[in-house]
Amino acid sequence: MPALTASQTVGPFFKFALDHPAWADVTAGGAEGERITIAGRVLDGDGVGVPDAMLELWQADAAGRYERGSGFRGFGRASTDEDGRFAFYTVRPGAVTEPGGAVQAPHVALTIFARGLLHHLITRVYFADRAEDNERDPVLRSIADPAARETLIAVRENGAAGTPALFRFDVILQGERETAFFDV
Amino acid sequence: MNTLTDTFERPIPGEGPVNDFPAYTSTHKRAPKRAPLAIAHTLTEATGPVFGEDWTGPAADDLTRHGTGEAIGQRIIVAGRVLEGDGRPVRNTLLELWQANAAGRYVHEKDQHDAPLDPNFIGAGHAITDNEGNFRFLTILPGAYPWRNSYNAWRPAHLHFSVFGRSVCSRLVTQMYFPGDPLLALDPIFNSIAVREARERLISRYDPELSQAEYALGYRFDIVLRGRNATPMGL
Repeated sequence: MPALTASQTVGPFFKFALDHPAWADVTAGGAEGERITIAGRVLDGDGVGVPDAMLELWQADAAGRYERGSGFRGFGRASTDEDGRFAFYTVRPGAVTEPGGAVQAPHVALTIFARGLLHHLITRVYFADRAEDNERDPVLRSIADPAARETLIAVRENGAAGTPALFRFDVILQGERETAFFDV
Repeated sequence: MNTLTDTFERPIPGEGPVNDFPAYTSTHKRAPKRAPLAIAHTLTEATGPVFGEDWTGPAADDLTRHGTGEAIGQRIIVAGRVLEGDGRPVRNTLLELWQANAAGRYVHEKDQHDAPLDPNFIGAGHAITDNEGNFRFLTILPGAYPWRNSYNAWRPAHLHFSVFGRSVCSRLVTQMYFPGDPLLALDPIFNSIAVREARERLISRYDPELSQAEYALGYRFDIVLRGRNATPMGL
C-alpha cells in the first residue's frame, strides 16, 4: 500500500500561480438562492493582518446538496490583500441532511493556507441569523468551549441597500480569540 | 446527537508536519496554540470540488515556453501518479505546480532575491490527471534560494504542488524535492516531518526511463492522498 504524501507550507510566493480573482465568486457557474458575501480578515498572533494567506471555500448549494449536476460549483478561492482582507461572493447554503438523518446547520467549510502554516487549517463558517439551526448542529454541539464555538459564527453586517447580505468572519490564527480549527 | 464516523483514512501521527514547529520562524505568530478539534467526517468533509477544463482552461503542462523564447536552465520532466492510500488512482483531479526559476527567483513582486528573472519563464502550470491518475510536466530545474529564517539559510530546490483529490479531507499542498540535495538536512520545512521515511517520500526519484535523450532529465514523483476507509461504518 502506498503511504501518504505529507503536507508542506504553501510558502510566501504563490499568488502568481494560484490566485485567480474570479474564483472568489462562487456563483460564477450559476447559482440559485440568496446571494451573500462572506468577508473578513486573517489575523496573526499580534492581531496583524496576514497579507499572504489563501482561503478556499466549499459549501452545499441553497438546497443543502453537495452532489449535483452542472451549475453551482460550491468552491471558491480567495487570497488576502495587504491588510489580510478576503471576500467570497456566494449563495447562502441550505441545511445539510446527513445520510443517517442528522441535520447540519447551514455552513461553509474554509481551508486556510499561508507561509508559516506547515499544514493548512480547516474551519467552518456558520450564520448568526440561523441560531435555531446552529443550536442543533452536531459539529457545533461537539465543541465544549462556548467561546471557541462563538468563533465560528459569522455576524451579519448592514451593507448598502440592494446589495447582498454581508457576513463578517475573521480567521484568527493565534491568541486569546483564536478561531476553532478542526482535525478532519 | 447522531453518530458521525470517519469516511476518509486519517494520517499516521508524525508522518505529517505539526504546525507548532519553532525552527521555522514564520510559525511563531501564525501557528494556532490550541490543538485542532477532531470531528468525525460529515458530507462537508467527505465531498469536494470537481474541476473541468471549462473552469481551469486547457492543461498548462509545459512551463519551458513562455513569451518568445525558451526558458534558461536544465529541462526536467516531472511525472507521476496521484493515488489514494489503497492504491487506487485519483482521476480527473486538478494539480497545480509553481516554482522558482533556474536562478532561484520567483515571479512574485515580493521576491527580493538578487537573482535574474527569466522573461521566458513564469513557473506556473496545471494539469488534470488522466484515468490512471497520471500527470506529466515539462519544466526547468529550480534553483535553491536564500531566505531569512536564519542567517545564511537556503531552501533546497523544490517544486510546489497543490492537488485536490476527492474530498476536503484529501486536499494537499506540498513540496517536491530532488535527490542528493545537501540543503535538505538543514531545512526546517522539510524536517518538520518527524518520521524520516515520510520526509523522504517528498524527494523525487531520478528515472532514466523518463529522461528524454539529449533533451531533458526525468524525475518521478507519486502523490498519495487520503482515501476512503475500506469499511465505512455507514453514515
